[in-house]
Amino acid sequence: MTTAAPPTGARRRRRDDTRLALLFIAPATIGLLVFYFWPLLRGVWLSFTSWDVLTPATFIGVENYTTMFADPVFWNALRVTALYVVINIGVQTVVALLIAVLMQRLSQSILLRSLVLTPYLVSNVVAALVFLWILDFQLGVGNNILEGLGLDRIGFFTSESWVIPTIALVNVWRHMGYTALLIFAGLLAIPPNMYEAARVDGASEIRSFFAITLPLLRPILGLVLIVSVIGSFQVFDTVAVTTSGGPVDASRVLQLYIYEKAFAQFDFGYASALSVALLLLLMIVTFLQYRVTRAGQSDLS
Amino acid sequence: MTQAVAGTARNQRSRRRARTSPGRVLAWVVMIIILVVTLFPFYWVLRTALSSNAALYVDPSALGPVGLGFGAFARVFGQQSVEEAIAQGGSGASIDFWLYLRNSIVVATAVTLFQVFFSAMAAYAFSRLRWRGRNQVFSLFLLSLMVPTIFTLLPNFLLIRQLGLIDTLFGIMLPGLFMTPFAIFFLRQFLMNISTEVEEAAQIDGASKARVFFVLAIPMTVGPIATIGILTYINSWNDYFWPLMVSYTDDSRVLTVALGNFNAQTPQTGPDWAGLMAATLVAALPMLVLFMAFARRIVSSIGFSGIK
Repeated sequence: MTTAAPPTGARRRRRDDTRLALLFIAPATIGLLVFYFWPLLRGVWLSFTSWDVLTPATFIGVENYTTMFADPVFWNALRVTALYVVINIGVQTVVALLIAVLMQRLSQSILLRSLVLTPYLVSNVVAALVFLWILDFQLGVGNNILEGLGLDRIGFFTSESWVIPTIALVNVWRHMGYTALLIFAGLLAIPPNMYEAARVDGASEIRSFFAITLPLLRPILGLVLIVSVIGSFQVFDTVAVTTSGGPVDASRVLQLYIYEKAFAQFDFGYASALSVALLLLLMIVTFLQYRVTRAGQSDLS
Repeated sequence: MTQAVAGTARNQRSRRRARTSPGRVLAWVVMIIILVVTLFPFYWVLRTALSSNAALYVDPSALGPVGLGFGAFARVFGQQSVEEAIAQGGSGASIDFWLYLRNSIVVATAVTLFQVFFSAMAAYAFSRLRWRGRNQVFSLFLLSLMVPTIFTLLPNFLLIRQLGLIDTLFGIMLPGLFMTPFAIFFLRQFLMNISTEVEEAAQIDGASKARVFFVLAIPMTVGPIATIGILTYINSWNDYFWPLMVSYTDDSRVLTVALGNFNAQTPQTGPDWAGLMAATLVAALPMLVLFMAFARRIVSSIGFSGIK
């Protein structure tokens, strides 16, 4: 991402606007300090304390972290979350790329783009409830169709092996259109004459996809991946509404575990340590992705 | 949906001569399958909401509504007596969606108005005003773009608690009132494009820079401001985790949290699917209508053009 651009052009130096500027950024700065930076510091501090909200917090050093490393539920949550992210991002990226390319080659109508975006407008809660109904074991139309096809009914939200893939796919449904539009915007930046040239040379659609589209899309695709992976790691709503972590711990993702530690067991110190772990994990994953996809550089020149 | 296909096909034909190759037909087939997967759940919600629970248990998969009626909606809006609700498969618990709807509207409206206005002010300072340290301060705002929400939720909850704002609508909206880094970033891109000549002409006419913001900058970026406003409204409306933390009673319950609870209050006879889907529809409909009104603006503004 670009940082602040240089002051526009060679404008004549006029009087300094500092006082007005300070007034104008005052509300936003309050928001930044009070609701972004202060919680950041406070969260890190709390992770070194033992605190149940009622009595004052006591500093306990790295005890929360040593507990965490020995906590099987934490490792399980990490594993479940990682599985979720892999399925969610894997399927979503492929489907979104397919939709974006189809839109680019078939039709760029606003109507089509709007229809594709529709699921993104409903909340995670709504998406979760709708699929809870569609995939209900007894009455869900999804399972009735399976049975009609001569297959066995599937306990999408009740079987340990299905629950994470199911939740991952529900969120693919909600986000694939949005992701497709992000990728689509990147596709529009590819000069159409490159495709014309390829067609003159006799290249097939599939060949031009791999020779032109994919390489030129790489920086945008990299950014899309970074943003969606960060979002994906923070899955909570869908799980909280459909399974509350069950069956057993099969869908107890990291955020849900953090929420339960804080709001069910009032262990704010430990919950903070867990969120520090999630933050570090996100930073590492983002950094690696940035390096691997070389999202900062463009081949379009 | 058939209309959609017909409409886009017509566009296509006028743009370039129709080339019907097998590959193209196959591509359309794939696209239509994707659209069916995308839109079917919406139809299914409507179909279920118009059905009755008793009929749903007998015939869960008929394509149209079964036991057609508006009982589910009546239940959602508390228009049914407890006995009537229980007889139709509801939990009989008092739910008042008008209240939750009002709470959601209050929160989303306040957050949108304040957040967009304050973000626009900051964006103006970062794009049109000249002051020392401007770029450094802006980088700090950019940095906050990378703080994941989860990390701020717990400490923010503690702060709201210390302020005594737990279980109030004000407590839910407070962290969102000031700005989001994205809104500042987005609006700054557009404010930078206002031509210097127009701005200077206004100043020669004696307008102060503060006045220029109100009479020139805001009117000239009304499009982007509307876009970010709609996106803010939708996000705030759909938010679940944060209001779930802050609200405990009906006083501050917003639609998303109420929906989560509605699901938890499963009657002994099995879930009230018709009522649940009616509630879901009520929660989703305002955003779908808002989107329909502004679809062109929203879909064309999605992309990294705002960021890069």
